[in-house]
Amino acid sequence: MNRIDFLRTKAHRVRRETLRLHALAPGIRIASCLSAVEIFTTLYHGGLLSFRADDPHWEGRDRVIASKGHGSVALYPILSELGFFDPAELARVGTPHSFLGVIPDALVPGIETTNGSVGHGPGVACGMALGLKRKGGRQRVYVVVGDGEMNAGAVWEAVAFASFHRLDNLILIIDDNRKSILGLQEEILGLHPLGDKLAAFRWHVDDVDGHDPDQLLAALTTARDLEDPRPRAIIAHTVKGRGIAALESDPMSHVTSFSPEEVRRLLAEELPP
Amino acid sequence: MSAHRTMRDALLDTLYRDMKEHDGLFLLSADLGAPLLDPIRRDFSDRFINVGIAEQNMINVATGLAMEGYTVFTMAIATFYLRALEQIRNHLAMSATIRPVNVTMLAIGAGVSYNLSGPSHHCLEDIGIMRSLPNVTVVSPSDWVSAQQVLALARETPGARYVRLDGQKLPPLHAEDAPPRLLDGFCELRRGRGLCIIATGHMVHLALRVVNKLGDRVQPGVIDLHILSDHLDPPRLLAALAPYETLVTLEEGFIGKGGVDQMINDLVSIYLPGKQLISLGFTGQYSFTSGSRDHLYDLNQCGEEALSAVLTGC
Repeated sequence: MNRIDFLRTKAHRVRRETLRLHALAPGIRIASCLSAVEIFTTLYHGGLLSFRADDPHWEGRDRVIASKGHGSVALYPILSELGFFDPAELARVGTPHSFLGVIPDALVPGIETTNGSVGHGPGVACGMALGLKRKGGRQRVYVVVGDGEMNAGAVWEAVAFASFHRLDNLILIIDDNRKSILGLQEEILGLHPLGDKLAAFRWHVDDVDGHDPDQLLAALTTARDLEDPRPRAIIAHTVKGRGIAALESDPMSHVTSFSPEEVRRLLAEELPP
Repeated sequence: MSAHRTMRDALLDTLYRDMKEHDGLFLLSADLGAPLLDPIRRDFSDRFINVGIAEQNMINVATGLAMEGYTVFTMAIATFYLRALEQIRNHLAMSATIRPVNVTMLAIGAGVSYNLSGPSHHCLEDIGIMRSLPNVTVVSPSDWVSAQQVLALARETPGARYVRLDGQKLPPLHAEDAPPRLLDGFCELRRGRGLCIIATGHMVHLALRVVNKLGDRVQPGVIDLHILSDHLDPPRLLAALAPYETLVTLEEGFIGKGGVDQMINDLVSIYLPGKQLISLGFTGQYSFTSGSRDHLYDLNQCGEEALSAVLTGC
């Protein structure tokens, strides 16, 4: 099996697992989580990220900030499978004694920061990228944000900062699913296309199909290896709720929750193994 | 030495020397400068950044740097830290529950230091607001000698701190060779009888001025309270307060809003019931007035006249 087929198969499993977690903890924002599945799968299984599952704070690691925290639960099956924590913990998601919350936080081995509130990741990533450069390290800092998150001024403060300070070790991945909570972003602030705006801030920008691991892997590889002083952004065009027709077609999918029975049906009918 | 200095200048002076010795120190400024910043900008250009007028990003970047092992100082006008309150709350308070983040927020212009700039620059809410954040130590030095001790605190203790710095040149109240130990939480500047003034920051100077003016007529104690968060040793402070019947809190901030008045009231009402507590400070409205600091105090009944009246019972 070649790597791309491997990634597609893995992403499908991660999507199923994420939906199963939502059945256990319906507070998980499932639509937001489903659009980021290929992004996180390709990042962690694409063979380009440096990490040590048995030493989550290993200095040589690439930093990953899941800035759209509420939409990053796909990291739970990914991190547990890679050995960051015991997969048995997945069954306890959202319960009082589990470190797996409805929104990922820094209690989870492998998760750097607590991001239930969006808009913070890019700035924190700038600080990390700056620190790494001062220390002479070659580690990269990856930040995954949502397009709704790009509404926040603090994000653009970070965008300007990263560009001015030539943080070429900073890679911004935008899960561009075009919807926030109260509907379509084009009916809220109309910031799209985001690429033009980032390019205006002198970033290197790549646009890809965010559900195609082939395109994602190529863009991530370029972002990692390109000799260029600019920070890099990958705009991953995605569909909120990807994999479930009812979510994909609903502008208000953010708040949709499924019962365990509904999840069983969806897994069988729309996401068969 | 009785040189009048700003807390900012004394801090920057000491920070320069510290940055020479410790290469893990980093300074971020939200476009705020000072003549004594220039040597730092010149000699440590790789460890100083002006982030621009962007306090939210300043706190975010400071957090990232601190997570990479740096001891970070941020510098901004005190009121403008409030625009970054969520960042302060999420990264320095909330996330510190899991892992402390060493960021020292130098908040320049405590109270009405910027008396001529109008209420947009008057920082009266910060004591109450910052006290409400777990894991953030709130430091309010009364003079530049105390302020300089912040640097050792930042290097030697984990976690974040908010340091409320006066904006004006003030005389030292402590000897330079015998600075207060900040972690003690307070200094007893005068022991007295009957009544004790618990003041912080610039108000300590006012308290001492009034007490000296009244001479032998009154014998109040004066406490310089320099840690305003719940990190000091309560039994020590309670022991210092116990001998008095009346306690007067004096702060350059809103009263009744979680500041020093509430801090002392909470302690005393449980552990030293029966004390009379009088709180002087700003009365909870903004002053759209340019005037001297003393004028702003008089508008809010927390200046020399008000304090004298309390001390003499008139």
